[in-house]
Amino acid sequence: MSRPLIKLQDLSVRIGYGDKAIRPVDGVSFEINRGETFALLGESGCGKSMTALSILRLLPQPAGRITGGHVYLDGEDLTALPELEMRQVRGRRVAMIFQEPMTSLNPVLTIGDQIGETLRQHQQLKGQAARERVLELLDAVGIPDVQRRYVEYPHQLSGGMKQRIMIAIALAGEPDLLIADEPTTALDVTIQAQVLELLQKIQQETHMAIMLITHDLGIVAGMADRVAVMYAGQLVEEASRNRFFAEARHPYSQRLFESLPDVGKRDHALRTIPGFVPALDHDFAGCRFAQRCDQAWDYCHSHVPSWSIETDHHHHVRCHLADENVIAPPVSEARETALRHAAAGQHNGEALLDVNDLKVHFPIHKGVFKHVVGHVYAVDGISLSIPRGRTLALVGESGCGKTTAGMGILQLLRPSAGSVRFDGTELTGLKGERLRRRRSDFQFIFQDPYSSMNPRMRVGDIVEEGMIAQRITKTRQERRQRVEKLFAQVGLSPDHVHRYPHEFSGGQRQRICIARALAVDPRLVVCDEPTSALDVSVQAQILNLLKQLQNELGLSYLFITHNLSVVAYLADRVAVMYLGRIVEEGPVAEVLERPLHPYTRALISAIPQVEPDSRREIIRLEGDMPSPANPPSGCHFHPRCPSAMPECREHYPGETGSTEHRVRCFLHR
Amino acid sequence: MLKFITHRMAGALLVVFGVVSIVFLLIHLIPGDPVEIMLGEAASVTDREALRVSLGLDQPLAHQFMAYLKALLKLDLGSSFHSHRPVVELLLERLPATLVLAGMSLLITLLIAVPLGIVAAIRRNSLWDSGAMSFSMLGVSVPNFWLGPLLILVFSLWLGWFPVSGRESFGAVVLPAITLGTGLAAVLSRMVRSSMLEVLGEDYMRTARAKGLVPSRIIFHHALRNALLPVITLLGLQLGALLAGAVITETVFSWPGIGLLTIEAIQSRDYPVVQACVLLISVSYVLINLLTDIAYAWIDPRIRLGGGH
Repeated sequence: MSRPLIKLQDLSVRIGYGDKAIRPVDGVSFEINRGETFALLGESGCGKSMTALSILRLLPQPAGRITGGHVYLDGEDLTALPELEMRQVRGRRVAMIFQEPMTSLNPVLTIGDQIGETLRQHQQLKGQAARERVLELLDAVGIPDVQRRYVEYPHQLSGGMKQRIMIAIALAGEPDLLIADEPTTALDVTIQAQVLELLQKIQQETHMAIMLITHDLGIVAGMADRVAVMYAGQLVEEASRNRFFAEARHPYSQRLFESLPDVGKRDHALRTIPGFVPALDHDFAGCRFAQRCDQAWDYCHSHVPSWSIETDHHHHVRCHLADENVIAPPVSEARETALRHAAAGQHNGEALLDVNDLKVHFPIHKGVFKHVVGHVYAVDGISLSIPRGRTLALVGESGCGKTTAGMGILQLLRPSAGSVRFDGTELTGLKGERLRRRRSDFQFIFQDPYSSMNPRMRVGDIVEEGMIAQRITKTRQERRQRVEKLFAQVGLSPDHVHRYPHEFSGGQRQRICIARALAVDPRLVVCDEPTSALDVSVQAQILNLLKQLQNELGLSYLFITHNLSVVAYLADRVAVMYLGRIVEEGPVAEVLERPLHPYTRALISAIPQVEPDSRREIIRLEGDMPSPANPPSGCHFHPRCPSAMPECREHYPGETGSTEHRVRCFLHR
Repeated sequence: MLKFITHRMAGALLVVFGVVSIVFLLIHLIPGDPVEIMLGEAASVTDREALRVSLGLDQPLAHQFMAYLKALLKLDLGSSFHSHRPVVELLLERLPATLVLAGMSLLITLLIAVPLGIVAAIRRNSLWDSGAMSFSMLGVSVPNFWLGPLLILVFSLWLGWFPVSGRESFGAVVLPAITLGTGLAAVLSRMVRSSMLEVLGEDYMRTARAKGLVPSRIIFHHALRNALLPVITLLGLQLGALLAGAVITETVFSWPGIGLLTIEAIQSRDYPVVQACVLLISVSYVLINLLTDIAYAWIDPRIRLGGGH
């Protein structure tokens, strides 16, 4: 076999000094061959990005440094290379694209300049020749109207376009290896499909190797040739994609699969991984995963597992269970399967929330006298209803108005028109004190659990605050008891009430936010992307908690999300939103299995699937969502719709379908 | 862009009108009668009234104000009580000196502050950093009226490199410019440092390094342009302070500029001149801030081209 393109040998990285130094990468070895896609899979904080940055020697300075091991690029040791020669590697032989296209481009330089300087640096191209090559590259990454984009600045482009620009920059040096660090995590699912397809196309043309860093098993299934799973600074499993998806051996890999929400797991609680990733500032006596592993026994805590291999499959695992020389005790049958059957909702169909033709328009002001020159039609006439104890999911891509809709329903933004009836009371007319009194009935859980809590308040006080405002309990003593009960209810220790938000992990913070919402005995909770900032295993915990609370307390949820797998697992009904309007609404199973609207179909087809063999046809959507300030004529979706007809340009389609499953599309009359 | 500038110009004109009104009112609120000062206490009542009428001081205040505005539109600032020459002439005579001093001070400020701030940021927590920041602390703490004489003592009297005062030779501007520039450089270098540190931590700096660019391009092309944005705002505000500081520095070095003219005019109760000097300083302050806003908008495409996504 030919020499691997890149070979990491026992690479170790430290950040910080002395006792507090952490070791985000601790003895990592792997190889990537030319033309191959190698996926590095793991949850946040496991050391994937640090591994990538250390290949380019771009660790955060001055605290980060490589403390051991080697990185060989085509046989040459990069760790020993002088900085001057290292610059010839960066951008030329190894290029990198990052997770946040929004912040990874320089805001004060033009697109042309930012791509052109790589050409100047590595290809000695200048002037007209450089310009022509830049235009070629822009064209190659699928940017329309390249002449105009050449002189534009990053803020004039959408997120998906910016990531294309990042890819163009990476391609400018004609690298042998492209490191893509979560390249689509910040993008919408239809845009993600576009970018992943672009990467595959470029790989076929240039035969470059891709090191794909991701936490998404679906992306791994669709893209990778080989997979390595990273946990707490080490690789715990490495195998070919097919082997990995057919027969993952490490308990951590297995748990990752089980914690993914999907429709088949609806009636059960999701399998979760208890506890946290251990701190990486010390030596480990045993297996790093042992604390959280339900198959661990004494031996695991006292002996470090070796990197064993099944030769015939090139399948490595770092687990005593996979080591023939270690005799595992028989798996105790008493192991709790943690699967709890969720009681089927016994609630009647009476609507708790009834929203009719709700509109939230934002005026656009211009000029010295700030006169109104137009409106952003963020929410433009949506109707929905949620029965008691049920969950309606509001699905759509970023900018479709789903968050604004949630805020408009809860009167956090005052609607421009329409009605919101909550338990028979019209909310849009309520003002001041009367509305404030009513607020205990409906609560909001935000996307980012950290920024939605005051960092200078103790979490107990944060939860208690709502009770004081709503006069839920009379005495301080009662309130304190209730806070502790709520903490227990959301799975936190009541001892934690005196701590501050920064002392908790992301999942714990979201639990606190849930406790805060529950403190005032709400009947409706609007959850705005409550798990999108969390890792899959933590997401599973939060979804389980929300489901369990619904069963216990009979809560109704309006669940705002872009993640259709979460919808499939949690919701009873789903409404799909596009550019301020609901284009399809119906029971979850019905909509996901027999989607009527072309947009819903495209959304569903764009979700990366975990089964690597399921070669479904992805319905590609061209371009980005138009601006809600200037929606297209007729059906808003027609410019991107694969089956648009002449009349779609003329009129907005009326509502058709059954009362159970509504759709707005001329294909269904 | 043109629309942006016209908007800011309209705003600036409004501010200038405000300044004109306040300066006019203040000068009339100050106790003391200019007629009495000009003619002395022994003058007869008829002489006083005659002068009062000829100066227009017998008219109601509102009327005087309108007359003053009308004259101002024709750039007529009246005549000096002291030398009886038109004030405009006096100002134009002194303005070049102040402009030269301000320009040189600004140059010195930028030459000191920008490199110092960059080095301190790049070599963070090193000897370079602490050295630069100690200098900055020193620069802020030392007042102009002390630094000026000290520089004269060392470089004029002991070493004889530069003249003690006046504006006869070319080298005369060096000491006053250093005096005026160091204080501003001290403030500005701190600003450059912190702004640079912030930019160095941005994601796009990582992108620039991942492209394999040479360090000088990373620093000057990618980091500095972003880091200078907040610095420009501060510079605009500080230039106002520079003008105010010029009054002291010009006095110390007998530099024949607007600052010295103001002091002379105050000492001889030459009200039209004082009024014109205050007006000039205020207007230039407004003008500098206007230019700052335009420069900021020009450098930052997000403002120049309007918010996109």
